[in-house]
Amino acid sequence: MNDFAIIIPAYNEAGRIAATITGIRKFVNTDIIVINDGSTDKTVKEARDAGALVIELPFNLGYGAALQTGYKYALFKGYRFAVQMDADGQHDPGYIMPLLKEVRSGSADVAIGSRFLGEGDYRPTTLKKIGMIFFSMIASSITGQKVTDPTSGFQALNEKSMKFYASDAYPTDFPDADVLIMLHRKGMRFVEVPVKMNQSTKKKSMHSGIVPLYYLFKMVLSIFVTLLRRD
Amino acid sequence: MTIKLKIIAILIGAFLFVYIIELVRRRKLREEYSWLWLITGSTIVILSLWYDLLVTISNFIGGILPSSVLFFFGMIFLLLILLHMSVKISSLTDQVKNLAQELSIFRSKKERGK
Repeated sequence: MNDFAIIIPAYNEAGRIAATITGIRKFVNTDIIVINDGSTDKTVKEARDAGALVIELPFNLGYGAALQTGYKYALFKGYRFAVQMDADGQHDPGYIMPLLKEVRSGSADVAIGSRFLGEGDYRPTTLKKIGMIFFSMIASSITGQKVTDPTSGFQALNEKSMKFYASDAYPTDFPDADVLIMLHRKGMRFVEVPVKMNQSTKKKSMHSGIVPLYYLFKMVLSIFVTLLRRD
Repeated sequence: MTIKLKIIAILIGAFLFVYIIELVRRRKLREEYSWLWLITGSTIVILSLWYDLLVTISNFIGGILPSSVLFFFGMIFLLLILLHMSVKISSLTDQVKNLAQELSIFRSKKERGK
């Protein structure tokens, strides 16, 4: 068995998931775990046919909870490291090993693929950009280290941080900048690694409609209460 | 407070109280959720019977109409009950999430074991 697994939460990703899995296979030969978050399309079949191990949630729990399922499974199976990626193929699998290297060497508990450290030409929409800069600033000032991309879903974890992501303290609705602050408060180290990001092939973003407003509110509240907590 | 209103208030409060006890007896309502409702029911009865207490409370908090004060407290209780529900829903949400996760992991293990 490999000592690391790729974790991919997927919700209605038929038409994209197979290509994502095949893409990863070109770079690494390891177990790919797809957590199907109650998809209503052919995500499960396509992922299985592409050779991934599929864990099926009985109903839609949301991105963070699906991701957490992957970590619970990885810990249960005894993987020492895990890399989380998006299902839509926006994360370049060529960066899996560089991310993994950081947690393997022990220099960090979490390695985060940042889209804003020189590599690639990722262009978020203006509103998204403002939000990202805002939370980057908050996360940077609280953790005392430069954070450029707190919303990145391309991360590598070691066992210690996996245990935190699998715990009840992990915010499963919108894990984001608040997770970095929680990591910092728990004495875990994270490092950003420059990655190239493909524009998502999917039209609809995860944060759309009224969601950005709620997201803004939730993140500010979550960071605020995290700072109030003693543990 | 007119005698008519007094009787209606006592009847409503008493009915609420008895009905909650009955729900608990038939195991339709768990004891842990019943206490706020029981307090609401008994408060209505006590304040209707003991009008002077209501007037004293009204004067104490600067209320002008004792009946408005009664409504005010009713609203506070309802707020508390709703908050209590929200807290419970939050913990139920977490429990359902954890159960769903465990189930999916267990099921994938079982399927592959076949």
